[in-house]
Amino acid sequence: MKIYDVAIIGAGVIGTSIARELSRYRLDVALLEKETELAFGVSKSNSGIIHPGTQNPPASLKGKLCVQGNFLIRKISKELNVDFKEVGELIVAFNEDEIKELLRLKKEAEFLGVPGLKTVDKAWLKENEPNLNSVVVCGLYAPTAGIISPYRFVYDLAENAIKNGVEIHTETKVIDIIRVDKYFEIVTSKELFKTKYLINAAGLFADDISKMLTIDDFRIKPRKGEEFILDKKKENLTNHLIFPLPSKISKGVLIIKTADGNPMIGPTAEDIEDKEDFSTSDSGFSKVLLSARRLIPSINDKDIISYFAGLRPVAGDDFIIRHESKAPGFINVAGMQSPGLTASPAIALLVADILKNNGLALKKKLIFHAHRKKTIHLFAIPLPQTKKLIKKDASYGDIICRCEMVSAKEIQDAIKRGAKTMDGVKFRTRAQSGRCHGSFCTTRIMKILAEETQTPLAGITKRGKGSEIIKERI
Amino acid sequence: MIKRDLVIVGGGPAGMAAAVSAYENGVKDILLLERDQYLGGILNQCIHTGFGINYFKEVLTGPEYAGRFIKKIKGVSGIEVSLKSIAVKLTNDKTITFLSPGRLKTIKARAIIMATGCREKTREMTHIQGTRPAGVFSAGLAQKLINIEGLLPGKEVVIIGSGDIGLIMARRFALEGAKVKAVIEIQKKSRGLLRNMVQCVEDFDIPVYFNHKISRIYGKDRVEKVSVMKVNDNFNEIPGSIFEIKCDTILMSVGLISENELIEMAGVKIEENKTSVPGIFVCGNSFKIYDVVDSVTTDSYLIGKLAADYTLS
Repeated sequence: MKIYDVAIIGAGVIGTSIARELSRYRLDVALLEKETELAFGVSKSNSGIIHPGTQNPPASLKGKLCVQGNFLIRKISKELNVDFKEVGELIVAFNEDEIKELLRLKKEAEFLGVPGLKTVDKAWLKENEPNLNSVVVCGLYAPTAGIISPYRFVYDLAENAIKNGVEIHTETKVIDIIRVDKYFEIVTSKELFKTKYLINAAGLFADDISKMLTIDDFRIKPRKGEEFILDKKKENLTNHLIFPLPSKISKGVLIIKTADGNPMIGPTAEDIEDKEDFSTSDSGFSKVLLSARRLIPSINDKDIISYFAGLRPVAGDDFIIRHESKAPGFINVAGMQSPGLTASPAIALLVADILKNNGLALKKKLIFHAHRKKTIHLFAIPLPQTKKLIKKDASYGDIICRCEMVSAKEIQDAIKRGAKTMDGVKFRTRAQSGRCHGSFCTTRIMKILAEETQTPLAGITKRGKGSEIIKERI
Repeated sequence: MIKRDLVIVGGGPAGMAAAVSAYENGVKDILLLERDQYLGGILNQCIHTGFGINYFKEVLTGPEYAGRFIKKIKGVSGIEVSLKSIAVKLTNDKTITFLSPGRLKTIKARAIIMATGCREKTREMTHIQGTRPAGVFSAGLAQKLINIEGLLPGKEVVIIGSGDIGLIMARRFALEGAKVKAVIEIQKKSRGLLRNMVQCVEDFDIPVYFNHKISRIYGKDRVEKVSVMKVNDNFNEIPGSIFEIKCDTILMSVGLISENELIEMAGVKIEENKTSVPGIFVCGNSFKIYDVVDSVTTDSYLIGKLAADYTLS
């Protein structure tokens, strides 16, 4: 039986970042994911903000890795051809006391090495952020903040990792882990895996995984965040990401620009018990709307076209990234709440370093494919270019999703790149995420999925087993 | 650039009536763009009867009603039909760009009629909170799944809103052996036609809850249940009135919205029987939401004539 050098549990942004980083080296790497698709855990409900490194305590691991990650993600997004936009952020103060707090944040962030910070006055704000509440007295401007599509980032990392030899196993839930001699046996819902080194990037379930190796000194507490998406027509509502001053447990309700164009407001921050409670609430809706209007008074509830809830995997105040000497070869990468996405490339480097320090030889491959061809999205390119594409392949002209202009070709490609479900197609292509929410295109996407994956129509799911779209054929 | 006298966007009842009318009024160079693979639009999935009572003085099904216009259009050489053709850009100098498998074309027209129909309001627009499982459909999508694709979306159904499509789908699900557990309507009375209330709901003993709304959707992967509350005239909760209904499917039938995105993007304003740009017209459900298709036909005939007068002047 094959013994892997490294197995990684959890194919969110942390697990795939580590996998892609390790794929540079002559290693057998397996990435195990319990869901039907990658990024279907914590990562899919991430806000997509690449933080500059403000709002973190100066001595924290979070703070250090966030600043590094913000720098590293620029190179990776170029290599993978995933859209990263540096839009900048503003943290705003409503009174004199808040200005003091803003200056303290600035000092802490400068200590961590966040570049380009400056305070901006009312006149600057009026000029550069005209829809902002006019009672705001001052802002802290961080130019290096950016946005990325969190799930497309995961899919692109994974695609590149696969190209460089990483094996990805979905619908593979870890049931138990046994330490045998010099390796681990991983019992899963599918098959048994053996590995020399094991990385736990299991997000909300990292504590459960760690417990399997009797390391039981942390708990993952889900902290729910409800977010509300506005119509793309409001794309230019703000020019920057807008933050209030942070509270003890969160960065507050924000005005978020997204890679898809739709602005988003939220998230709430509510500690809950159930790791599978992704429901939104009327109270969350009212709270987010009220807080968002404090920043941008013109936001109207009629602009909201969609909403969702995500769970932050909180394990105390900081990230937990460490080799466990009680189970040599086992590395916990847990508590990946904000700024986990931003820090992910830095975390991957840190984990590679920990592996090396614990005896894993990292020998570079002769050939590492760093680059990935850009995914084509018709909505993102001008019509003359679309015309050329249609000449090359007629099915670019066969539009399936009319609201977001997604062609049959893009959907077929998404499936070839790994989409297996309706949500997988949605996250990769945006088909079904527009105004009609799939009313017009669901049947055609189902048929393409059925054909490409050789699945009967009744087996097509929203996001994996149990979420079949239809009940039966008539 | 290709030039045409009249381009009509949308081959549903409005676009077809406008095309026939423009032809009869003298325009012999008409291009009719339809994004689907058939003419007829939503009529194709409306296999129930009740169409044509006013216009043809006959009771027809949707496909039969559409068929009458399709026959007329196919019988003349002055109307060219381009199927699987979706308009993606309109500008106020009356050029229109469309995509179809294998081509992207831009056409300069003397006149354009936009007959792009409407879409249904979604669960998200109604702000119903809870989980986001599979099993939530717009009534029109459920209709398409059953009538066109032969696929049954669910077996225990709750319908939100008493719009006509919702009522018709209540009967359709009942006929397929599914259990329709409730129609939930926030208003005091139905939004749909009286005949649909009688023939689709009362005749099938389907309970209708007026002055009620859904407060929450439950279910992890698939819909499991909904909670329902009674509301007062201001749509606020009456305390203590919450109850739950088990179901695996929710249909949304809470209203329709005109599809006018291309017109909006072109900066064109819609007015009665015309727009802010001479030579660009809008008809059918993309102009306003109609109750019955017969009125769509009548009004679109008028728009076809106005467009013909403009083209020929």
